Amino acid sequence: MKICIQGGLVLNPATNLEEITNLYIENGQVEFIGEKDSSGYEIIDASGKWVMPGLVDIHVHLREPGFTHKETIETGCLAAAKGGVTTICPMPNTEPVIDNECIVEYVNTMTKRANGVNVIPIGAITKGQKGEELASIGNMKQAGICAISDDGKTVMNSSVMKKAMIYANDFDLPIFSHAEDMNLIGGTMNAGENATLFGVKGLGREAEEIIIARDMILARYTKSHIHICHVSTRGGVELIGFGKTFGINITAETAPHYFILDDSILFDYDSNKKMNPPLRTKDDVEAIKMALKNGIIDNIATDHAPHHYDEKRQPIEAAPFGIVGLETSFALSYTYLVKTGILSPLELIEKMSTKPANIIKIDKGNIDVGKIADIVIVDVNKKYTIDSKDFVSKGKNTPFNGMEVFGVIEKTLVNGKIIYENSINCN
Amino acid sequence: MSKDFLGIKDLDKNAIMTIIELAKQKKQEIFNNSFRKKILKDKTLVTLFYENSTRTKISFSVAGQYTGMNVSDLDVATSSVQKGESLIDTAVTLDQMGINYIILRHQQTGAPHLISKYVKASVINAGDGSNEHPTQALLDFFTIYEKKSSFKGLNVTIIGDINNSRVARSNVIGLKKLGANVTFSGPTTLLSKGMEVLGAKVSYDLKDAIRNADVIMGLRVQLERQSGMFPSLREYANIYGISSDLFTLAQKEAILMHPAPVNRGVELTSELVDSSASVINDQVTNGVAVRMAILELLQFGGF
Repeated sequence: MKICIQGGLVLNPATNLEEITNLYIENGQVEFIGEKDSSGYEIIDASGKWVMPGLVDIHVHLREPGFTHKETIETGCLAAAKGGVTTICPMPNTEPVIDNECIVEYVNTMTKRANGVNVIPIGAITKGQKGEELASIGNMKQAGICAISDDGKTVMNSSVMKKAMIYANDFDLPIFSHAEDMNLIGGTMNAGENATLFGVKGLGREAEEIIIARDMILARYTKSHIHICHVSTRGGVELIGFGKTFGINITAETAPHYFILDDSILFDYDSNKKMNPPLRTKDDVEAIKMALKNGIIDNIATDHAPHHYDEKRQPIEAAPFGIVGLETSFALSYTYLVKTGILSPLELIEKMSTKPANIIKIDKGNIDVGKIADIVIVDVNKKYTIDSKDFVSKGKNTPFNGMEVFGVIEKTLVNGKIIYENSINCN
Repeated sequence: MSKDFLGIKDLDKNAIMTIIELAKQKKQEIFNNSFRKKILKDKTLVTLFYENSTRTKISFSVAGQYTGMNVSDLDVATSSVQKGESLIDTAVTLDQMGINYIILRHQQTGAPHLISKYVKASVINAGDGSNEHPTQALLDFFTIYEKKSSFKGLNVTIIGDINNSRVARSNVIGLKKLGANVTFSGPTTLLSKGMEVLGAKVSYDLKDAIRNADVIMGLRVQLERQSGMFPSLREYANIYGISSDLFTLAQKEAILMHPAPVNRGVELTSELVDSSASVINDQVTNGVAVRMAILELLQFGGF
């Protein structure tokens, strides 16, 4: 099938393209960008809209196998497509843990049954995420993983972590660090003034910063690529900035909630505002925004963490950590970073597509001629109110309910095929 | 007027004084059966305690009985909670039986706030996590008011495990509204830097904290919540324990309070607990009076 996306603002950070033009797709690839005869092409009118590479979210939880009451690969992929995300990397904290090639192949099989969104799993660093013995990292790489992580936990034994980093180099795999000192856990929200005022147990920023520092030092000596997940603190940003100037191979991500929300909103003990790392202070939020602007933070991921209704319907201290993000990440990021002038449109897309693709070394996040046509058409002028009842994810746990945002995903294409079309908000 | 009683945070000065004034009357009924007005006759109250308690639970029970209510206790240890029933489902079940008051103690902050949204019954917070213990604070206010007749400019010093103490939190929130000066003292591991945001002065020098105090409140060293925050009970008693000698630094007519149970010889010496300055037993009686007042006011929209 041949498609011509006509008259949209084509945005491609990889080639610094930002131009109202046509984009032609053939055989699942971008065939031509510019003006030419479009007869024989199915026409998609994109006038007034953005045409950009599909988003690459390198930090999600799809909960399958093991926790399919929270989410499945199928529903997670539906949520991704609806959010304009064409590639997702699920974390290995499933049951069983993705710590060997069989489980990777299981994820691959379930992915084939889903809607076409690219799912590239992240393997565990250690068997069962226990932090003791190395997982089957090489075999998992052959089965298709793009990184290793014990996300949700930290490999506390520095000797095991160092070994993993050295071994990962053989397979050219980045290590994704959850960055939390497991001896400093036990709280529910950011330790600080608001936790004191609300009487909720705190989680200190030092838990994050200690492990960022440790993993950076290990990466320096092992010369491996360390990627810091969900950076939430000013101190974390400062450390990563230091690491980068020091020549350490370090990249870092944050998530929309860390540059939009702060811990003052937890006054009502709403468990949908509970995630790990927790929402920090206004000062941290400012630091995260600056780090996105100056490049210390490389990319935006969601840490999409669906939980069941019953699990979140508990006192906040008993409810599990995590919020969903796939269906809201673009609109939130556009509204709070581009509309506010912090990032240019190209810079935003770079952080949500091009850079994360580079981090996991895949040939995506680029819609230049000859590249795979993973493309999203979005109406950034269209405003809507976030309502979790509209989510296609099984998880409805979001702190953003009721928030007005700009940016409706109109169409999502993977390999040149339309896998999602907006019908609800069509004018 | 709220249907629930969740925290001192929600009360203004007038509401607190209304409760104290009514508690004064209610106190007459406690030791004199014939005075009891049974004003809440035929109403029902259930105590739902997920944490251990002696005096708070029994105090609510007798307050319910003295006001004429039918009182039940849901024994969490032998209830469907052990079959995994959720907190909300348990509360809704009680609500569907027509219960008028659910008295909840829970180890997690915000638990009473959560169930209050799902039930018609009045939810009373009998202690949630490390957040609030509002009825304890009110009995403390009543006791202070009885002995000192005013809060204005009064120096109240609270000593001990402030970080884990919902009693200290509810006290400081209310005492500030009433015009008293509150000082916290204790080891830094139990009294984090930054606790000033609650409105108290923080002093790590015990003598300095006790000097010129009108009210000294010891807090129980919560053995069940400690994980090596200080080296030993012996060391705690030696450095942070309040003895009669230390107590002499306080104002002449100073009173000694404690939410009890007291670890005698740890946070307070036995001698001091049993001294004439101690109002710990008055606090117990006042607890019943205050709870009677709150139960009545919730029913009749008095605050």
